[in-house]
Amino acid sequence: MQSTSRITERLDALYEFDREPVPENKLLGPSNFIGVYAGEHVAGTEYVIGPLFVAHGVAAADLIVGLLLGNLLAVLSWAFIAAPIAVKTRLNLYWQLRKIAGPKLTFVYNIVNALMFCFLAGSMISVSATAVGLPFNMAMPGLNDMYPNSIGWVVVVLLVGAVVTALAILGFERLSHFGKVAAPWMFLVFVASAIAVLPTLGVNSFGDFWRVANERIWTGVPEAGQSKFTFWHVVFFSWFCNMAMHIGLSDMTLLRYARKWQYGFLSAFGMYVGHFTAWIASGILCAAALRNFAPGPIAYLGAGISGAICVLVAGWTTANPTLYRAGLALQTATPDWKRWKVTLAAGIVTTLAALFPALMMKLLDFVALYGLILMPMGAVVFTDFWILPRLGMNSNIAEIRRLAINWPAAVAWALSLLICFLLPVEIFFKGLPGWFVCVVLYVGGSWLVQRRLSPARVAREDTLEVPGIGRSAQ
Amino acid sequence: MKTTAKLLSYIALGLTVVPSFYVFAGSITWQTHAGLMLGGTLLWFVSAPIWMKKD
Repeated sequence: MQSTSRITERLDALYEFDREPVPENKLLGPSNFIGVYAGEHVAGTEYVIGPLFVAHGVAAADLIVGLLLGNLLAVLSWAFIAAPIAVKTRLNLYWQLRKIAGPKLTFVYNIVNALMFCFLAGSMISVSATAVGLPFNMAMPGLNDMYPNSIGWVVVVLLVGAVVTALAILGFERLSHFGKVAAPWMFLVFVASAIAVLPTLGVNSFGDFWRVANERIWTGVPEAGQSKFTFWHVVFFSWFCNMAMHIGLSDMTLLRYARKWQYGFLSAFGMYVGHFTAWIASGILCAAALRNFAPGPIAYLGAGISGAICVLVAGWTTANPTLYRAGLALQTATPDWKRWKVTLAAGIVTTLAALFPALMMKLLDFVALYGLILMPMGAVVFTDFWILPRLGMNSNIAEIRRLAINWPAAVAWALSLLICFLLPVEIFFKGLPGWFVCVVLYVGGSWLVQRRLSPARVAREDTLEVPGIGRSAQ
Repeated sequence: MKTTAKLLSYIALGLTVVPSFYVFAGSITWQTHAGLMLGGTLLWFVSAPIWMKKD
């Protein structure tokens, strides 16, 4: 009993800085960010995304150049959009958003955010399950499977989900360290697996690679039932697959610990190690596996038992911080809940989501949708922080005026999403115009609301003692 | 202790990646590569936690 209470206290103490700006003595150096980015973006889902590009018939040149450009745009988004705000406020997105959007709107955002994180973690559990099921000859889900395809799949996913959730509750810190330890090894397993299977594809010298890449891997011909991906699909997917993190500002949670905003450039270690090399490697593995799309079998084909372990570890170690993020998001919605309860709730939703292989096999669409839904609030925070003061308007109006909902923010979020969904383009291309639409809507809405307040009134309210960030949550 | 662990970790990473080039060159079989990689995997997870610092 006493030890349970000690665990609970320790877990709660882990997150005591979440509600306050990060103090100077807690700031971290660049190596931490290199490790986190490289680790987070060499994940179990990399074993899915690379093969899905193959399934969508991306041509080899489109893939290579598209990934180079898209990942560069992602790095620039981290460096010039997420990092400067994180370093100036030292708050995570949820508490910054509360000052801008008000507690009720932040509550809604956090629930949506937590659900998205749960689904993302769910896809990682699905990935791990394909490795755990290997020795039991479990029927692997196919590219077009939407629902659980066997009892074995259900049992394995429930088992993996239960273990991931239990370990996340019992020792987040230790698991987080384990993820960092595993990262360099995981990356090398990706690379080594791909190199080892090249001869089976007919690559017997490095000179053969480009010909085989075009003829047998990224042929430019999509699988039956899959849409055709072009260069622009690759650029926009690789730019926006982490849209919630950079343009959507979720990574304020991480970057608020950075000594300098330039640490945002360190995301390049994640992009070019994970979202370039690992996607190419897993695409090669998929082609060598005769277009099998289940991560466990393709990793086994390249590296044997180590490959299966890699899929399991990659899925598990990335599901863990995603569950942590879901917990953080839920914490602001349920401030009276203990950390373990929040993590358990997130773990249950995550495991139930993981039962559906569609989450894994339609990962490209889900990732794009996830970024799109969360992106407008990043646009709102960006606009509130940089643009409104330059237009003579107040930032953090919800905190100043003690608003439960900042309606311009709510309308900008809802309306920009509506406009995005109405745009007659594929989901991968909706984010960019959507961001500008949201900025315009939020500026316009704020102007309409704030012009009704006399400058004297705003100034007077501005000087009133406002509740602390933590207390305003209550 | 840490220096030894670090050295073993580098050997582990070598065992993980180098055999794949030999498979590519046709010098060793895939089975040998997979076996060596498993050895590298075990060695990495035993040695790396000793010297990789916790934040």
